[in-house]
Amino acid sequence: MNFPILSSLIIFPTVGAIFILFGRSSSNYNAAKYISLFVSLANFILSIFLWYEFDKNNSGFQFVEERLWLEGLINYKIGIDGISILFIILTTFITPLCIISVNSTIKNRLKDFLIAILVMETMMIGVFCSLDLVIFYLFFEAGLIPMFLIIGIWGGQRRVYSAFKFFLYTLLGSVLMLVAIISIYWITGTTDVIKLYELGIDAKYQHLLWLAFFSSFAVKTPMWPVHTWLPDAHVEAPTAGSVLLAAILLKMAGYGFIRFSVGLFPIASEYFVSFIFVLSLIAIIYTSLVALMQEDMKKLIAYSSVAHMGFVTMGIFTMTPEGIEGSIFQMISHGIISAALFLCVGVVYERTHTREISKYGGIVSVMPRYAVVFMVFTLGALGLPGTTGFIGEFLILLGTFKVNFVVATIASLGVILGAAYMLWLYRRIVFGEITNTELNKLVDLNKSEMTTLSILAIASILFGFYPDPLLSTTTTSVESLIELFNSNIKLYTASNL
Amino acid sequence: MEKLIIFLPLVAAIASGFFGKYIGNKASQIITTLFVTLSALLSIYIFYDVVFNNYSNNIIIAKWITSGLLDVNWGIKIDQLSAVMLVVVTFVSAIVHVYSIGYMSHDPHQPRFMSYLSLFTFSMLVLVTSDNFLQLFFGWEGVGLCSYFLIGFWFKKPTANAAAIKAFVVNRVGDFGFALGIFLIFYIFGSVNYDEVFNQSSLYVNTKVNFLSLELNVINLICFLLFIGAMGKSAQIFLHTWLPDAMEGPTPVSALIHAATMVTAGVFLVVRCSPIFEYSPIVLNFITVIGMSTALFAATIALVQNDIKKIIAYSTCSQLGYMFFATGVGAYNIAMFHLFTHAFFKALLFLGAGSVIHSFNDEQNINKMGGVYKHLPYTYILMIIGTLALTGFPFLSGFYSKDLIIEYAFLKGNTFGYYACAIGIITAVLTSIYSWRLIIKTFHGEFNNKAMSISAIHDSPKVMLIPLFFLAIGSIFAGFVFKDLFLSKGSFIDFWGGSIFFLEPLSNKHPPAYILYLTPILVTISIPLSYYLFLKNKSIIEGLVNSNKPVYQFLKNKWYFDELYEVIFIKSSKYLGKYFWKKIDGLVIDRFGPDGLSSLFKYFSIKASKFQTGFIYQYAFVMLIGFSIILTIIIIE
Repeated sequence: MNFPILSSLIIFPTVGAIFILFGRSSSNYNAAKYISLFVSLANFILSIFLWYEFDKNNSGFQFVEERLWLEGLINYKIGIDGISILFIILTTFITPLCIISVNSTIKNRLKDFLIAILVMETMMIGVFCSLDLVIFYLFFEAGLIPMFLIIGIWGGQRRVYSAFKFFLYTLLGSVLMLVAIISIYWITGTTDVIKLYELGIDAKYQHLLWLAFFSSFAVKTPMWPVHTWLPDAHVEAPTAGSVLLAAILLKMAGYGFIRFSVGLFPIASEYFVSFIFVLSLIAIIYTSLVALMQEDMKKLIAYSSVAHMGFVTMGIFTMTPEGIEGSIFQMISHGIISAALFLCVGVVYERTHTREISKYGGIVSVMPRYAVVFMVFTLGALGLPGTTGFIGEFLILLGTFKVNFVVATIASLGVILGAAYMLWLYRRIVFGEITNTELNKLVDLNKSEMTTLSILAIASILFGFYPDPLLSTTTTSVESLIELFNSNIKLYTASNL
Repeated sequence: MEKLIIFLPLVAAIASGFFGKYIGNKASQIITTLFVTLSALLSIYIFYDVVFNNYSNNIIIAKWITSGLLDVNWGIKIDQLSAVMLVVVTFVSAIVHVYSIGYMSHDPHQPRFMSYLSLFTFSMLVLVTSDNFLQLFFGWEGVGLCSYFLIGFWFKKPTANAAAIKAFVVNRVGDFGFALGIFLIFYIFGSVNYDEVFNQSSLYVNTKVNFLSLELNVINLICFLLFIGAMGKSAQIFLHTWLPDAMEGPTPVSALIHAATMVTAGVFLVVRCSPIFEYSPIVLNFITVIGMSTALFAATIALVQNDIKKIIAYSTCSQLGYMFFATGVGAYNIAMFHLFTHAFFKALLFLGAGSVIHSFNDEQNINKMGGVYKHLPYTYILMIIGTLALTGFPFLSGFYSKDLIIEYAFLKGNTFGYYACAIGIITAVLTSIYSWRLIIKTFHGEFNNKAMSISAIHDSPKVMLIPLFFLAIGSIFAGFVFKDLFLSKGSFIDFWGGSIFFLEPLSNKHPPAYILYLTPILVTISIPLSYYLFLKNKSIIEGLVNSNKPVYQFLKNKWYFDELYEVIFIKSSKYLGKYFWKKIDGLVIDRFGPDGLSSLFKYFSIKASKFQTGFIYQYAFVMLIGFSIILTIIIIE
C-alpha cells in the first residue's frame, strides 16, 4: 500500500475541524454541520474500505507507516491488526451519529463543539493505530482534552466539578504511564511496539511497568474503585459527549490492556490475573447493585457501563481466545448499545429537561416508536441472545469458565442483576400510566433521532445474529497474541527451573 | 419445509408488529393466524413423516458464533422428539391465535398482541428444533422475552409490569444455572452440539472437577446445572413464584405460554439431554424429589385459591411436577406423553376460563361467580371435559398419561420411586378436588356477582368456542390414540429411536392391580365428594378452615414464598445497592479519592499562600532565620 490510508484516517477529521474553524459562517451553523458530517462520513467509508482491504489471515500488523520524527528516538509509526481495526471502525461509525445527534442538543457554540468532536475522532483513531508508545501516549492524552472541554463548557450545572474529577483521575494514571514509557526506553532502547513484542522486556521490570500502565488504564476503563468519575462525568456531559465517552473513550483502556499490558508484560499479566479478576468481579456485582438503586437515568447507565467493562477486563485476562475475542466483541457491542442508550436518555431529556426516573412513566402512550427502540437497547444491555450484548458476555464467561469456575459463577450472577436494573429502568420510564401531566406533550422521535437510533438498533441485532464478520476479523490476531503470551510464559518458567 | 415451519411465524410477527398500524387489525390477525396455521399443518405433516417413514433431518442454516474452539451454527434438527414438540407448539399456537381474535376484540393494541404471539411461536420453534445448546439457549431466552412482553401486555397495570419483570428475572436465575451448565459442557466436551456431547457423555462418567475445593462429578454437576435452568422455566418449587403472577397477562397467553408450551421447555430440556441425565442417578433422584414436591405443594395451594386463573396456574405447576418426576424415574417418553396430553386439556381449561372471564366482564374471582351453567352451556361442557381429562377420569387423555407416570414411578423400584408413586396418587386426588371446586364454584350454586345481572351473562362468540372444540377433541382422544406411540409399543415399536436414550430399557412388568385401579377410583369418587363438600354442605369445609386457621393461611398465602424472597433477595439487594452507592462510593472512595485530594491541595495552597503576606520585614525575618540555620549546620560540620 502506497497510499497512507491510516494517516489519512487520522488527519482527515482535523482537516475538517480546521475548515470549520476558519469558515466564515459564524452566524449560520449549517455549513459547519455539513462539513463535519461530510468529513466523518467520508472517514467512515474510508474505514470500511480499510476493513475490506484488510487481510484477516495475516497475524502481523498491516498498513504500517513509519516516519522519522525525532532522529533515533521516536518514530511516527502506525499500523493495524485484527484487534485494532474494529475499534477504528467503531470510532468512525459512532462519530457521524454523534454529529447528527448534536443538531438538537447543543444550542450555543455549536461550531466549537463540532471541532471538539472531530479533533477527538482524530485522537481516538490515532490511539488505535499507534505502534509506538510515545505516539500512543500523545494521542491517548490529547484525546482527553476535547472531552474535558465538552464536559466543562457544554455540561450541566456541576460541570466544573465533574470535569475536574475526570481530569484529576485520568491525569494521575497517565503520569505513571509516562514514567513507565520512559523507563521502557531506558531498559530496551526503543519504544517501537513491534520491536518490543520481539525483544520482550526483562521479567524483573515487568511488574512495576505493568502497574504503571494499569493505573492509567484502570482509571479509564473504569475499574472499581477508581470508577466514581464516570457517573459524574456522564451526568454533566451533553448527550453527544456521553455517547463519545461511553462508546469510544472507555474502549481505549480495554484496547490498551490487550495491546500493551498483555502484549508487553506477559509475565506480570500472568502474575496479576487474580488481582484483575477480583476487581472485575467487584465491578460487576457492586456496580450492578448500585445501578439498581439509581434515581438518575444517566447515572444508572453509567454504572451499568462500569459493570459491562468489568466483564471486559475479566475476559482479557483469561488469556483464552474465547475470553479475549469476547472482550473485544463486548467492547464493540457496548460501544453500540451504550451510545444508543445515552442517545435515548438524551431524547427525553431534550423534551422534559429532567433525568430523574421518577418524573417519567407511561411514555409508551405518547412515544410508541421511542418505546420500541429503547426496548431493543434495553435487551441488548441485559445480554439477550440475538443482540450483540449476548455474544460478548457469553464468550467472556465461557473463556473465564475455562480458567476459573468460581470467578465465572460469580460473574454470571451479574447477568441476573443486569436484567433486573435494566428492565426496572425501562418499566419506570416507559410503562405504566402517565402520572406527570407534562409528559402528555411529548412528541415521538423525529427523523434524525429515528435514523441514528435505527442504525444502532440494526447494528446491534445484525451482529447479534451474525457476529462472524467481527469475530473472524479478530481471530488470527488474538491467536497470535495468545501464542506470544504463552511462549513468553514458557520461556520464563523454563529459565526459573 | 422445516424452514417454512419455523420462519412463517417470524414473518407473521414482523408483518404484524411493524406494519400492523398500516395494514389494520383485521389484516394482522389474518396474516398471523394464517401463517401459524400453515406452520401447524406442515408440522403435522412432518410428524406423520417421522412416525411412519422414520424421517429425520439436521439442516444447517448459517454460521452463528465461531471463536476459539467454539463453533455454533443455526440449525434445525428434526427427530422424533422435536417432531412431537413441533406439533404441540404449532397446534396450540394456531388455536390460541384464532381464539385471540375474539378474546382481544376490544383491545386497542391487537396487531401488537398477535405479533407477540407469533414471535413467541417462532422462539419456541427455534428452541425445540435446535441442534445445539446455544441455540436452545437463544430460544429459551426468546420465549422468556415474549412471555415478558405478553405478561406485561397491559402496560398500564402496575401489577402486570411487576409480574412481567418478576417472570424475567426469576427465569434469569434459572438461566444462570443453565448457562453455567453450558459453560461446563463446553469445558468438558469442547463443543455445545448435541451430537458431539451426547456421543461422548459415557466417557466422562468418572471425571471429576474441582469447585471451591469440592471434588464433583462432572456429569452430576452438568445435569444439576441444566436442571436449575429447567426449574426456572418450568416453575418448579423455589423458582415457581413467577408463574402465578404471570396470570396478569391476557388469558390466551396463559393458555399458550404458561400452560401448553413454554413452561414445558424445562421438561423438554431434560428429555432432550437424556443421554447425559441417564448417567447421573443422583440428579435423577433429585429431579424426582423436586418434581413430586412441586406436584404436591402446588396442589395444596390450588385448593384454597379464589382466582380462577391462579388455580389453573398452580395446577399447571403441579402437572409439571408430574412430568419431572416421570423423567426422574427414567420414564422420559411418559413425561413427553403427559406433556402432550397436558397441552390439550390445560389449554382447554385456560381458554375455557378465559371464556368465563370474558362473560363476566373480566371478573376472575370464583366467589363472585356461580349458577351460570345454563347461561354458558358450551363453555360449561368444554370446561367439564377439560377437568375430566386433567383429573385423569378413565379413558380421557389425562388418565393414560398420569396413570402411566404413577405406574412407572412404582416400577422404578427404589425408595424415591415409591414415594413418588404415593405422592402422585395423593396429588391426583387433590387435583380432582380443586378442579371440581373450581367448576362447582364457577358454574353451580348461587349467582354471586353483584356488579352485573345473571341475564347479562351469555356465552362467548363462535370464534372463541370453535378452537376450544378442537382442544376438547384432543383432550378426549389424545391419550387413547397416542399411547402406543409414546410407549413405543405395538405397531410403533422403537418409535423414539435415538432421540431418547435409556441406559436400561424401561421395565415391561406390570405393577400390582391395586395400584392400577386406585387412582381412577379415587379420582371418580372425589367428584361426588366435591359436589357434596362445595355445594351441598359447605359447613364441613368452613369448619375445617376455622379449626385449622394457621394451615389455611399458610396455603392461602402460597407458603409465604413471595414474602420470604422479598426479604432475602429484593430488600437485601436494594439495601446493598444503596449502601455501596451512598456509603462506599460517596463517603469512602470520593472522600479519600478525588475530593479528598483536591481539598488537600486546597488546604496546603491556602497555608502556603498565608506565607505571602507582602510585608518586607517578614520576608527579611524568615531569610535571617534560614540563613542562620544553614550557617549553624555548616559550622557544626
